[in-house]
Amino acid sequence: MVKINGTELPIAGKTVSEYLAATNYDPKRIAIERNGEIVLKSQYDVTVLEDGDSLEIVSFVGGG
Amino acid sequence: MTKKEWMDALIARHGKELHERFSSAVVAICGLGGLGSNIAIALARAGIGKLILIDFDRVDITNLHRQQYKAKQIGLYKTDALAENLLEIAPYTEIKTITVKITEDNFADILKDADIVCEAFDKAEAKAMLTNGVLSQLSHCYLIAASGMAGMDTPNTIKTRKITKRFYLCGDEVSDVADTIGLIAPRVMLCAAHQAHTVLRILAGEYEV
Repeated sequence: MVKINGTELPIAGKTVSEYLAATNYDPKRIAIERNGEIVLKSQYDVTVLEDGDSLEIVSFVGGG
Repeated sequence: MTKKEWMDALIARHGKELHERFSSAVVAICGLGGLGSNIAIALARAGIGKLILIDFDRVDITNLHRQQYKAKQIGLYKTDALAENLLEIAPYTEIKTITVKITEDNFADILKDADIVCEAFDKAEAKAMLTNGVLSQLSHCYLIAASGMAGMDTPNTIKTRKITKRFYLCGDEVSDVADTIGLIAPRVMLCAAHQAHTVLRILAGEYEV
């Protein structure tokens, strides 16, 4: 299982890009932290989610 | 007011140790709108040693309902107008103004001297760009970003979360300016206050939220 924003999901083995494609996240508006480290956007396609990973996806909204 | 009188007054308020931490810090503020102008004023008052102020835009009449500018400053670059206002409040603050648009190509050079970076942009894409950039390329910096402070919703949902060791996020994380009546001064100030206070807490060695 992979924990994303506190929810356990059965997505081990997928890449970050594959996971994002199945969601409503806009890749231009997000930052992803995986096990305490930022995931570079250039690595979304090749970063494979592993069992036990914990991710935080921050999705920015406009205004400032 | 001499520099010594100002410093003594800050020491009397904050104590010598905290004052030394604040006065030796370099804080960059990216975007000088409702968030950035309020963050800057709070940090200048607290005695932060050096502020790096970055914005490409000019003061517009539509900014005055929430941003810390004056009617007579319409048309000035925000960098110049804010520097003027800060020096009226705290004349011994060292201020560096950079009047450019921050991009993926220039942020690392612009922010390389900062201990702490405040993300205070308006657009979600720019917020994400700076967050990804600072966290991946400026490994010595703390980043305090903001997301979700628009509209007339309750003030009580504005909060600070620690996302990683170097990344803090302030706001309610949902109130998009596009889905609301727009930005309202006190709610934006609340979010800016969260960001400014998080800067001071990090400098004080208080890393938890």
